[in-house]
Amino acid sequence: MELNSNIPEGPMAQKWSTHKTKIKLVNPANRRKYHVIVVGSGLAGASAAASLAEMGYQVSCFCYQDSPRRAHSIAAQGGINAAKNYQNDGDSVHRLFYDTVKGGDFRSREANVHRLAEVSVNIIDQMVAQGVPFAREYGGLLDNRSFGGAQVSRTFYARGQTGQQLLLGAYQQLSKQIGLGAVKMYNRHEMLELVLVNGHAKGIITRNLVTGKIERWAGDTVVLATGGYGNVFFLSTNAQGCNVTAAYRAYKKGAGFANPCYTQIHPTCIPVHGEQQSKLTLMSESLRNDGRIWAPKSKEAAAKLRKGELKASDIAEEDRDYYLERKYPSFGNLAPRDISSRAAKEACDEGRGVASTGLGVFLDFRDAIKRLGKDVIAERYGNLFDMYQCITGDNPYETPMMIYPAVHYTMGGLWVDYNLESNIPGLFVAGEANFSDHGANRLGASALMQGLADGYFVLPYTLGNYLGEEGIASAGKIKSDHPAFDAAEKAVRDRIDKFLSIKGDESPRSFHQRLGKIMWDKCGMAREKSELQQAIKDIQALRKEFWSRVRVLGEGTELNQELERAGRVADFLEFGELLCRDALMREESCGGHFRVEHQSMSEDEDVKSGLVSEGEAKRDDEHFAFAGVWEYQGDDVEPKLNKELLTYEVVHMATRSYK
Amino acid sequence: MHLHLKIWRQKNGDQPGKFVSYELPEVDEGSSFLEMLDIMNEQMVSKGEEPVAFDHDCREGICGMCSLVINGEAHGPQRATTACQLHMRHFKDGDTITIEPWRAKAFPVVKDLVVDRTAFDKVIQAGGFITARTGSAQDANEVPIPKPVADKAMDAAACIGCGACVAACPNGSAMLFTSAKAGHLNLLPQGKAEKDERTLKMVEAMDKAGFGNCTNYGECQAVCPKEITLDFIAKMNRDYATARVRKFFSKAC
Ligand SMILES: Cc1cc2nc3c(=O)[nH]c(=O)nc-3n(C[C@H](O)[C@H](O)[C@H](O)COP(=O)(O)OP(=O)(O)OC[C@H]3O[C@@H](n4cnc5c(N)ncnc54)[C@H](O)[C@@H]3O)c2cc1C
Ligand code: FES
Repeated sequence: MELNSNIPEGPMAQKWSTHKTKIKLVNPANRRKYHVIVVGSGLAGASAAASLAEMGYQVSCFCYQDSPRRAHSIAAQGGINAAKNYQNDGDSVHRLFYDTVKGGDFRSREANVHRLAEVSVNIIDQMVAQGVPFAREYGGLLDNRSFGGAQVSRTFYARGQTGQQLLLGAYQQLSKQIGLGAVKMYNRHEMLELVLVNGHAKGIITRNLVTGKIERWAGDTVVLATGGYGNVFFLSTNAQGCNVTAAYRAYKKGAGFANPCYTQIHPTCIPVHGEQQSKLTLMSESLRNDGRIWAPKSKEAAAKLRKGELKASDIAEEDRDYYLERKYPSFGNLAPRDISSRAAKEACDEGRGVASTGLGVFLDFRDAIKRLGKDVIAERYGNLFDMYQCITGDNPYETPMMIYPAVHYTMGGLWVDYNLESNIPGLFVAGEANFSDHGANRLGASALMQGLADGYFVLPYTLGNYLGEEGIASAGKIKSDHPAFDAAEKAVRDRIDKFLSIKGDESPRSFHQRLGKIMWDKCGMAREKSELQQAIKDIQALRKEFWSRVRVLGEGTELNQELERAGRVADFLEFGELLCRDALMREESCGGHFRVEHQSMSEDEDVKSGLVSEGEAKRDDEHFAFAGVWEYQGDDVEPKLNKELLTYEVVHMATRSYK
Repeated sequence: MHLHLKIWRQKNGDQPGKFVSYELPEVDEGSSFLEMLDIMNEQMVSKGEEPVAFDHDCREGICGMCSLVINGEAHGPQRATTACQLHMRHFKDGDTITIEPWRAKAFPVVKDLVVDRTAFDKVIQAGGFITARTGSAQDANEVPIPKPVADKAMDAAACIGCGACVAACPNGSAMLFTSAKAGHLNLLPQGKAEKDERTLKMVEAMDKAGFGNCTNYGECQAVCPKEITLDFIAKMNRDYATARVRKFFSKAC
């Protein structure tokens, strides 16, 4: 596999502008001759589809929900970063770039991150122009808040519904183009196969989720903006339909899958309540601006809290351990996510956890309410408090919230070069589905930024470059009667027939749940070699069982949610193994990937010097400063590892310290 | 808790549907309403019966996908709560619960509890946007927007497009949905240029899509999970009247 990152020459701050002047353009009159397929209507997909249509391309856009407005971007709560420096607190493109590279634990591609920081400012302008009602100060200017891993206020927000408002902005722009006929929108269509012609991505196969019809779509280029794969863990903060299918199908067609083990566990989610649970709910990170996280100092007190013999308010100030403030005084409750999550796990592992399961810590607003008044807190977080109360039955104005980490975001994804093009020519990948910008850990409020950066400000240029290089003679040449489509369609049909013919005794959901348990127990917040090896074996066994025992009722020619789930679970059952393999390969701890064998020890220089505490993630830059890119080699054959070496010109690799 | 369920089953849009009763012996009161349906569906799969189709995705009350009429009320008994955010602790052991799809002319049933809401998308496509071509925007702080205006726009923009308002309206009207979007955009300085055009086109698209008229029942406001208020309907009516007048005079001269 050839991995050429295609990073432009020149100084970091000029790379993007120079690149834009050099790449090929497609002349406006020719654009309508090209057909662009965009899979996904989240922030990345909707913004790309709308922008490309405005430029004059013919665009077809697909999503599995009943409307593009329901893509999972809608659920983002807290906010979106941009280096506007409206607060005059020392922010700049460089600082956002620096924070993101450092936050990603030096495992991202520097040049991509710099571009992200550069275009962040345009995103806010664009969204405001479209009518996104961001929060404002009394003077009418835009308001900001802080998010983890930053010491400036650069996060823009719309109450606790930032993702919703941004997505609706992009959706409205997309809707205009649909209304004009420039975008053809296909709701309730699931992409089940990628079609390659002469090694280039030239189409997809979909299933119409209402009628069951299998359809072929030929295009000049394909954009995947299909979101993340957090649902491989079964329980996550993702929507029920989020899946790896589109990305995994591309992987099986030869696209490299980079860093699948980089998964983000979000520190502030509502703890699990029981076996019947179907999803976990995030409490926005923004709560950490005013909430203080603590666990009782003593195990005995924790045990009493769990049994309900004590209430949080019974614990005296000196008996509380505000562990983030203690361990990371300069970032305090706003330490990055990976660090905060592990600290919560540590407290619970020590027997100091609360909630009935012992898997919970407090997020307390008592002091903030005292300082600012209940009204201010309600204004800032009212809807989050209501949501918490609705789910748990507890009132967070009176008693602290209980929180625990949960799978939330996936930094890994399809490998792309600087142009967001995968190693398959003509296949572009945007948003959470690609691997590019967050390294081993994403900072809060940066995913919305990346999705919109990719769709609005990167793809419209780089996709044209590919089409320009292919030349106008190629436009619309590949039709869906090409033999490559026959083969791809047949594969899709065979697989569906297979699901329906097994007629076993266990539901797809049950298999998904079992897979999730393996993943969380053995490849969750703390990973270890023998456990990972076991996980791989367990997944292989489970997969075998699936293919002989799964029961998919109903037919293929109708709306069949069991069949949809079976397809997604089947891909997760393969992909989960890949994720574990990647975790096993990566013999270091970095960002969201924590190998218990690799943590800082009391004898380490950095610990002795006080730079970091014992038990922090320990990177191995000498051996692992690369993106691990997996190449499919066949079913049940070990995939091949390729490496994109990461070099840092501007931000010097250093041990991350948030002390 | 033990529950008796009466659920609407319908194979597809062409065939008639009917209520079917199911027993559900063990549900945890910490479960959500949709988790209760998951449990029921799992139980059905194990018996070899085809599970009930229902729409859902985020399960956080924000995507607007879930769409159940529970005991006669869109999204069920809890105020300002979508079906996915409704928890079983609000029901009692031994309760009988009736579950139906949205019922409205403009939202045909696709299967069981799933309906087709593309009519909403059509309304937005007609004018529910502010034209701002990618890359053409000025600096975001160039036009200050007074906080009360921004807040009011946000109140309207909170709509999740679930369609409960239509399902609850005896006329199957989409006025609350349409006015929320028109209100959001018309209130903002950015939305002024297209205000008349937007209002006229959205109302026209709404009528064309088969939604009924608004006769001020107010049921929509009562069921709205995001508590969108009727005053947006009043505002849209005013905007519509002004737009009509202006259009008339601009044609006349
Ligand atoms: C609860 C929650 C809160 C968050 N809060 C924040 C926040 O405050 N700030 C922040 O920056 N980030 C946040 N994030 C992360 C951020 O929301 C996501 O990373 C981002 O929105 C992903 O956007 P996307 O466009 O890549 O994908 P998505 O929005 O997930 O869209 C994926 C699209 O692909 C389609 N699709 C998927 N598979 C297929 C298929 N096989 N066939 C056809 N279509 C398919 C879907 O229908 C959908 O349209 C949050 C995430 C969650 C889960
Ligand atoms: S499932 Fe998203 S709002 Fe209910």
